[in-house]
Amino acid sequence: MTRAGSIRLGVVAGCVAALELACRMRWIDPVSVIPPSKMALGAWKVIASGEYAHDMLLTLENVAMALGIALVLGFSGGVLLHRFARLRRAADPLLASYYAVPTFIFYPLFIVLFGLNRWPLVAIGVMFAMVAMALNTLNGFERVSPSLRKTARVMGLSPFRETFLVILPACAPYIFTGVKLAVVYAFIAVIAGEFVLAGAGFGFKIAFAYNNFDNSTMYGLMTILLLVVGLVNGALTAWERRLHERTGGR
Amino acid sequence: MPEIASGAPTGAHSAAPPIAARLKGVTRVYPGVGRHPPVQALGPLDLELQRGEFFAVVGPSGCGKSTLLDLIAGLSRPTEGVIEFEGAPVTDRVPEGVGVVFQEDASFHWLTVRDNVAFGLRRQGVAEREIAERVGHAIAFMGLREFASAYPAQLSGGMRQRLCIARTLVLRPRLLLLDEPFGALDQQTRLLMGDEVLRLWRETGATVLLITHALDEAAMLADRVGLMSARPGCFIDMVATGWPRERDSTIVTRPEFGAVTARLWSSLRAESIKAMGTLT
Repeated sequence: MTRAGSIRLGVVAGCVAALELACRMRWIDPVSVIPPSKMALGAWKVIASGEYAHDMLLTLENVAMALGIALVLGFSGGVLLHRFARLRRAADPLLASYYAVPTFIFYPLFIVLFGLNRWPLVAIGVMFAMVAMALNTLNGFERVSPSLRKTARVMGLSPFRETFLVILPACAPYIFTGVKLAVVYAFIAVIAGEFVLAGAGFGFKIAFAYNNFDNSTMYGLMTILLLVVGLVNGALTAWERRLHERTGGR
Repeated sequence: MPEIASGAPTGAHSAAPPIAARLKGVTRVYPGVGRHPPVQALGPLDLELQRGEFFAVVGPSGCGKSTLLDLIAGLSRPTEGVIEFEGAPVTDRVPEGVGVVFQEDASFHWLTVRDNVAFGLRRQGVAEREIAERVGHAIAFMGLREFASAYPAQLSGGMRQRLCIARTLVLRPRLLLLDEPFGALDQQTRLLMGDEVLRLWRETGATVLLITHALDEAAMLADRVGLMSARPGCFIDMVATGWPRERDSTIVTRPEFGAVTARLWSSLRAESIKAMGTLT
């Protein structure tokens, strides 16, 4: 492990230890926050009981579906915006203010459109994640240097081969950043949506435990969720680092 | 001053006509956008590149030097006029036998040095065994053997430019177009890279057209220097340097070198002032 990694791990371990101590010494009200050791125990009980497996799976499926659709639509949107300058000029102000719109307000509309099932939440996940993907795809395509495009033509590549052999690999780091952001946004949208709007799923179960003062389950579920998101993000970051090692940060 | 070199090629293209490329009445006008009127970037100009010669183009900023290179390479089309490479008209495709090295780093950062150099050969469907042989030779020729497995990000700017030259060289171009390839390098590296380009030119027998804004670089490398006017760029003078074919960067220490550079500058000064919009 690198020195920076060791320091990072030390800081996290120190914070957990400090919270454990504060809870045990009752500097923090134990009704509000339980010690991390009890959170871990709660997480283990949640997993061992199997009672929440369906909700966890439902959430992960919703996130995966929202992410998949957002990546396809976002990538296609980014390519279209790059390809058609007029479309881009028209869309620019909308894209710039996109994240100022509270997407959750569309939930009732999505219920009308898709019915009372998982799809309204998936749609919110798509709306949240799609634009990050589109903007990063657009950014990537715009940063491909004209020299690379000309080099492809000098080598006699057809437009199709130029796109797949030169343009896409050249903007891969930017597209990857879009994927990483889309993953984060899909998780946030789906879980936040479940928390306040749904009747099942990870977010709903956390809210349910909270409303019933079931601290052990609530913190257990939160711990599991943090671990899952942390693992996914960690894997993506490691992959991204490998990409950047090759490209020198380009 | 030394005699003008014969420019006799050492390559295997002796059956080709003595004129490598010809431009006749070429102009390039960029169409107007919105309220901006059309811009004539180039011409009309005529040019003949002798096979095996090293020709440099210098001119003030914005005079259309890179536009000229794009036109010869078939990367854009002239508004008027005809461009020929080895007797055949250049249309909207880059002709086989033309290689281009750009000022901007155009290495494929996702590929190793070896795969970068092999890229064009693989696209041409050359057998893997021959690819390995030609790539190994090109990498060694450009002094990159130790870095064959490195990625471009692990190389210096000069090495990346050598990589781009190796990638072009491996395709055995008969006309090599260099668009300010050393523009981003420091002076010492530029001189050394100049040596490498001269060696490459001698050993391959290719015709070289170098676009540069550096008068000393043009004076050191070229057999003939074409001086361009401010926009729209036309040739206002042609200067034969008269250097022997066997030459290197030590040529800059000769007294004649100063005379050649001075001649270039005296022809170009008024145009540079015009290009800057500063009338004195």
